[in-house]
Amino acid sequence: MVSIDVWNASVDFPIFDAKTRSLKKKVLGKVGGKIGTESRVPIIEALRDISLSLKEGDRVGLVGHNGAGKSTLLRVLAGIYEPTRGSSRIVGRVAPVFDLGVGMDPEISGYENIMIRGMFLGMTRKQMSKRVDDIAEFTELGDYLQMPLRTYSTGMRVRLALGVVTSIDPEILLLDEGIGAVDAAFLNKARDRLVDLVKRSGMLVFASHQDDLLFELCDTAIWMDEGHMKMRGSLREVLTAYKGRDPFAHLDPPQPVLTNSGDS
Amino acid sequence: MPAISTAEAPIPAEPIPATARTFARALADIRGGMRERELWSHLGWQDIKQRYRRSVIGPLWITLSMAITAIALGLLYSQLFGASVGTFLPYITVGFIVWQFMLGCLVEGTETFIANEGLIRHLPAPLTLYSFRTAWRQVLLFAHNLLVYLVVVAIFWSDLATPGYVLSEGGIPQPGLSWSIVLAIPAFALLALNGVWVSLLFGVISTRFRDIPPVINALTNLLFFMTPIVWTTDILTSKFGAATSDWRILIAELNPLYHYIEILRAPLIGGVQSWHHWAVVGGLTVVGWGLALLVLRNYRSRVSYWV
Repeated sequence: MVSIDVWNASVDFPIFDAKTRSLKKKVLGKVGGKIGTESRVPIIEALRDISLSLKEGDRVGLVGHNGAGKSTLLRVLAGIYEPTRGSSRIVGRVAPVFDLGVGMDPEISGYENIMIRGMFLGMTRKQMSKRVDDIAEFTELGDYLQMPLRTYSTGMRVRLALGVVTSIDPEILLLDEGIGAVDAAFLNKARDRLVDLVKRSGMLVFASHQDDLLFELCDTAIWMDEGHMKMRGSLREVLTAYKGRDPFAHLDPPQPVLTNSGDS
Repeated sequence: MPAISTAEAPIPAEPIPATARTFARALADIRGGMRERELWSHLGWQDIKQRYRRSVIGPLWITLSMAITAIALGLLYSQLFGASVGTFLPYITVGFIVWQFMLGCLVEGTETFIANEGLIRHLPAPLTLYSFRTAWRQVLLFAHNLLVYLVVVAIFWSDLATPGYVLSEGGIPQPGLSWSIVLAIPAFALLALNGVWVSLLFGVISTRFRDIPPVINALTNLLFFMTPIVWTTDILTSKFGAATSDWRILIAELNPLYHYIEILRAPLIGGVQSWHHWAVVGGLTVVGWGLALLVLRNYRSRVSYWV
């Protein structure tokens, strides 16, 4: 049984510049007395008072402007950031996909990168060896997997990363918007695998700006604004409020509760 | 604008206890790190291969550079101190190999979390995993250097196996190589165990205070020359007498690195073994792990904010 609970969580980032991140100020600072603002490390409040309970089967979309705290919230849910105030509890194996490039070493071969990334996502070396052929076929990289990653084009790297991610069996899947930013042709192919992956995973939280992807993967949504949850509800409800219009009006027949008059 | 709609917004029924700063979480982190040994052993080996990628003899460069250093230092210092090459060269070789291991754990330990910044910020994993990676890399380097030791012992076997040989004139007679060489195994295990706490403790502190790595780097040369590696404690005792109260004798005795080196060097070259080195190292292991646990308890959850 997987679950994520977050209680009254706030996340503050200390911002050290080269000077404050040193002992010098701590030691020398004692001599001259405190200099008001300089004695404290400035902080950025990234999240404020988030309370949230997610359980098995939840498919949550995260929407909001840039800098609204979507990525930070995802990292709290992954357990990478533990709340500076409040608390969180994560039960289950988390597979976060925030940045397709991280954990990729340009000097080692694509094959070795697949192994390492898979192991970081909770797979064993044996399990990954079984999946390598499947990944090679999906990414269409073939013999290129023997080449060092630095010889890959950006598109090929994205293929590799998506291949690894969609081959694992996560309990909790956390996707950041970066994954939607691949070229359309490959994404169409990857989409089926992505949908399949989401079906296999016990829980999904997906931050994205793409309505159609959200529509395909999520059923509820959270609207983040300036570090707090502005709204939470069904995906359509939240997106309508966030965008000021119903983004799915053209995708499916309007729901019975809504009137037909506003439809174009 | 609608407020938070509560209909479909389940929140936890009761407050969740904050466990971020507990020993239970710190210990869970260490257990988690040990469980991931497949990953850190893979990464540690990858680091070594990475360093020598595209070079013809690859990681054998580690062995080769150690061999050159050991031979040159051994020849030079045996002549400077008027000692026999046959025993002094192995002495320096082993001392230098052990020193390299400890230095690696310390210097690369300070960079443990800084170097893994990208991974720490994007993938949830126990912090200890990165310390194990650093320590394991040092173990592998040590294994490469051990080849030099094996060759040196093979060459100077007759000198080292002679009971009662002395390292330098007037020194204490050494018992010579014997079965007691097996003590090198627990000694190295203890050293490796210390490597992990050093990397944890110094790693976390250095992540917060970026001055620590340069400070450590600045001190390494001093530490090297203060530690009996190219010189022996025999020289101290023959000059100033064996009275342990003399401050000049204390230079070695008060240096923790001396004890670390001695527990491994003595069995490997058939030197006099003393329980007090083991006691000091054992004590430092307990104290070091205690400190590392304390730091892990208080600052484990902060490292991802600091990197």
